[in-house]
Amino acid sequence: MTYLLLFVEFFKIGLFAIGGGLVTVPFLFDLADKYDWFSKAELTDMIAVSESTPGPIGVNMATFAGFNAAGVAGGIIATFALVLPSVVIMILIAKMMQKYSCNQRVHDVLSGIRPAVLALILFAGLQVAKIALSGSIEILFFAGLLAMMRIWRKSPIVYLCLAAVLGIVFRL
Amino acid sequence: MTELAKLFGLFFKIGLFTFGGGYAMLPLLKAEVVAKRRFLSEEELLDLYSIGQCTPGIISINVATFIGYQQKGIGGAIAATAGIVMPSLIIITLVASILQKFMDNRYVAYAFAGIRICVAALIADIIYDLAKKNIKNYMAAAVFIGALVLLVGGGLSAVMVVFIAGAWSLGWGEIKRRIKKK
Repeated sequence: MTYLLLFVEFFKIGLFAIGGGLVTVPFLFDLADKYDWFSKAELTDMIAVSESTPGPIGVNMATFAGFNAAGVAGGIIATFALVLPSVVIMILIAKMMQKYSCNQRVHDVLSGIRPAVLALILFAGLQVAKIALSGSIEILFFAGLLAMMRIWRKSPIVYLCLAAVLGIVFRL
Repeated sequence: MTELAKLFGLFFKIGLFTFGGGYAMLPLLKAEVVAKRRFLSEEELLDLYSIGQCTPGIISINVATFIGYQQKGIGGAIAATAGIVMPSLIIITLVASILQKFMDNRYVAYAFAGIRICVAALIADIIYDLAKKNIKNYMAAAVFIGALVLLVGGGLSAVMVVFIAGAWSLGWGEIKRRIKKK
């Protein structure tokens, strides 16, 4: 039964998560509310691992979340369900048109969704902040890390490693 | 069959060497698919990215499926997509099972407390970039605020918010076109 639920939920995410990168995160936070597959703190750890291991983040998150919910089979099912809508839709597009150009209505819908997706990510970010920023030293590190990201624009892995060292040194 | 295995291998390699989202994949795709194998021109690859922008789903999967289909039909689409997700499946399953064993360790717990702060900062960083890119007019700002109200005040799910924002934008686009005609 968990397998079926995983399939349905991740199929929905594949269909509704429009854009790239972290867009799957808010949908996964909804799942953390709805099922006992993983906690929001575990999800936050998953984001860190997905950012610092190879592979598209969305796929990594699905495999990780599915594995946490129902083991190896859960990871495979969640990943399969996540990519299925993309595969079907892209095959249809490739089949229907030699040179596909965006339909005006489709364009309206998807460009209108983007500001809403931004709100979703902000809302998910606030939930991560509630878990991560528990005291004033944490808030100080947050501000410092963010400032470094804006100035130097290095790979996220650099900052994640630095933060791990800070966590161990300061016993956060 | 060998053609399918080659497609699988090519996208396995691309998945293995991509960190991050769909755009992180672009330079590697250019090198492998455009320069080395000449499956398509650079222009066609960029077109493919804009199609990815206006279809649902994860961009990297969309691109892999499309190129796979162009080369070898439905079998090619499946081989390419399977190739690109396979590194994630293997690596993440390994990491997740190792992590479960070590989360009780005190130092691992300290490290992850630090890492969570970094995740919060990474999300703040992305929000700043996305806001600059996607909120360019009053309607976009209104959709953003409306979505936030629905989430915080209404407790709506992410799926519902995307659905409502999509329906709203479709309606608004229709109204704008009618006004223009008159």
